[in-house]
Amino acid sequence: MVADKSGEARQQQEEIRRQKERWEQETVAGSLRRSPERQEAFATPSGIPVARLYTPADVEVDYLRDLGFPGEYPFTRGVQPTMYRGRLWTMRQYAGYGTAEESNRRYRFLLESGTTGLSVAFDLPTQIGYDSDHPMAEGEVGKVGVAIDTLEDMETLFEGIPLDRVTTSMTINATAPILLAMYVAVAEKQGVPPEKLGGTIQNDILKEYAARGTYIYPPRPSMRLITDIFAWCAKHMPNWNTISISGYHIREAGATAVQEVAFTLANGIAYVQAALEAGLEVDTFAPRLSFFFAAHNDFFEEIAKFRAARRLWARIMRERFGARNPRSWMLRFHTQTAGSTLTAQQPENNIVRVTIQALAAVLGGTQSLHTNAYDEALALPTERSARIALRTQQILAHESGVTETVDPLAGSYYVEYLTSEIERRALAYIEKIDAMGGAVAAIEQGYIQREIQEAAYRYQQEVESGQRVVVGVNRYQVEEEPPTDLLQVDPAVAERQKERIARVKARRDGTLVAERLDALRRAARGNENLMPYILEAVKAYATLGEIADALRDVFGEYRPAEIF
Amino acid sequence: MEERIRILVAKPGLDGHDRGAKVIARAFRDAGFEVIYTGIRQTPAQIAEAALQEDVDVVALSSLSGAHNTLFPRVVAELRARGLEDVLVIGGGIIPAADIPRLQAAGVAAIFTPGTPTSEAIAFVRNWFAARRAPAGA
Repeated sequence: MVADKSGEARQQQEEIRRQKERWEQETVAGSLRRSPERQEAFATPSGIPVARLYTPADVEVDYLRDLGFPGEYPFTRGVQPTMYRGRLWTMRQYAGYGTAEESNRRYRFLLESGTTGLSVAFDLPTQIGYDSDHPMAEGEVGKVGVAIDTLEDMETLFEGIPLDRVTTSMTINATAPILLAMYVAVAEKQGVPPEKLGGTIQNDILKEYAARGTYIYPPRPSMRLITDIFAWCAKHMPNWNTISISGYHIREAGATAVQEVAFTLANGIAYVQAALEAGLEVDTFAPRLSFFFAAHNDFFEEIAKFRAARRLWARIMRERFGARNPRSWMLRFHTQTAGSTLTAQQPENNIVRVTIQALAAVLGGTQSLHTNAYDEALALPTERSARIALRTQQILAHESGVTETVDPLAGSYYVEYLTSEIERRALAYIEKIDAMGGAVAAIEQGYIQREIQEAAYRYQQEVESGQRVVVGVNRYQVEEEPPTDLLQVDPAVAERQKERIARVKARRDGTLVAERLDALRRAARGNENLMPYILEAVKAYATLGEIADALRDVFGEYRPAEIF
Repeated sequence: MEERIRILVAKPGLDGHDRGAKVIARAFRDAGFEVIYTGIRQTPAQIAEAALQEDVDVVALSSLSGAHNTLFPRVVAELRARGLEDVLVIGGGIIPAADIPRLQAAGVAAIFTPGTPTSEAIAFVRNWFAARRAPAGA
């Protein structure tokens, strides 16, 4: 790896190359005759060829240009100058189910167990803008997260949790403005002003169309809601991450590591462009953009992925968008270990998978981390399995020693080769998406969905043919009894939520609610920022469904064309 | 040549995780079945209506959100209400073993949980129809 192509360095490279050829002929060839390699050729799951051996001659990296120093452009080595020597990553366990009371209890349990940030899972009706008493919510209330219908539920959810002392991440997209408004209103009741609040809303609608499915409105008005949040938070919530541009779900839907980087950053570019078109100046909102990636099993490819994503985003923000604030160049990200790699068979093995994945995230320089519980291919985690997941992070943080120096794998010939390859291949995808008219157009044309599905199907075929080994699934199987200690969500949740809505509706000022919903509709027809109107509606105890419906009246609903 | 089996792959409820549904849809298609995929967010009535309109032999349901105990039996009921007595209903997703007997009692013939090869689901459907068509003497 040479910075300058000075004569001496070039000579050394040449010499290494020559010696490597000699080694192949003299040493390797004989060994191969005696015992051939396990496969004809090796490749990462993204299809990047993996050579037998990497040497300095295989890596084209200019240290100062491509790696640099942590906390400085292009941030390949990390966004903080001291990384985990200063502060460990935030251990942020995604949780929530049933009613606000039950989830509040789980959050307090996690905080007492040493988790350092909250991460709220909402149920699907909350995510898609239906109240718990809506016919579409049937069977789904409180299942994959907590059910929130009105501000009252949100007050219960955070009861006894001082919002100026924790940061909260909310996995919420189409209804993000409503839940953000509720959070602001709860904080206000606790006496905490919005500028003191720290946390993240996912607010990334593009990946919902491409992979996750909780969209409500068509892309254009959805992008407006997002840029309204950027603008409102720039004024009122300087410490809030206004979006978490998410590769996680794209990856979970089947994408490769390269596609995860490419499609996520392509979506990021679309958000930046939308905000610029809405008249915002890049350095006012770009420092609050954050990212969310998955950590899968292919250890070195994952580490390289995080490093490549950081470098590529820094270059895009500085060179393409002309951002001048270094914070605008930084790709800060949350990581979750990959749910799709968990097996229902021999579930304890998942603890090992999660450990490998979490270690990759830490070596890749993540800012926060969720480790999955071993029983999540079967059900929501129990307290016991959730604790083991958190303990896995604590062992990495306090016992493994990987935190003691910054970016310890830099300079590994293999990791640097992979980092450059992932960046190059992701950039090629981004250029293709640019040529299609950007991420919104590529999603509308079904291009990104098709690419993801192709990769998902290929993976499944590899598993079924045995070419890809999944321990306990297609090799090393055992006869086993189905586990019995699984978490069950109380089926009475839906009934309890329906009663609560009725109670709130009976108590609130109905005329005020109607006025504020009308005002929201009027504003939605114009160009004003919608956040103040949503906040007013929330404070009058309008339900989430009523607010989402007011916007449905104006924006309509998105209907996808199905392809498989 | 045997008549092609028509299968409707459907996502009841609000769950958007359709990686599995799409993979299974494609696997059935590649295995020679005629496949229709409803897309996400379908009500039980919409699924039954699609099954009727498309004249399918099989309805394959997928849910990863935990709503299966409510939604799968309701799909069966909606199918039967439309006179689709013979339509084979199967399901898949994150479904705890303890729930399976209840779903089978409600008329879901088989549940395929994570890690099941697509070939197993395909074989199940083939055998089901082979068994039913054979006594007719073909």
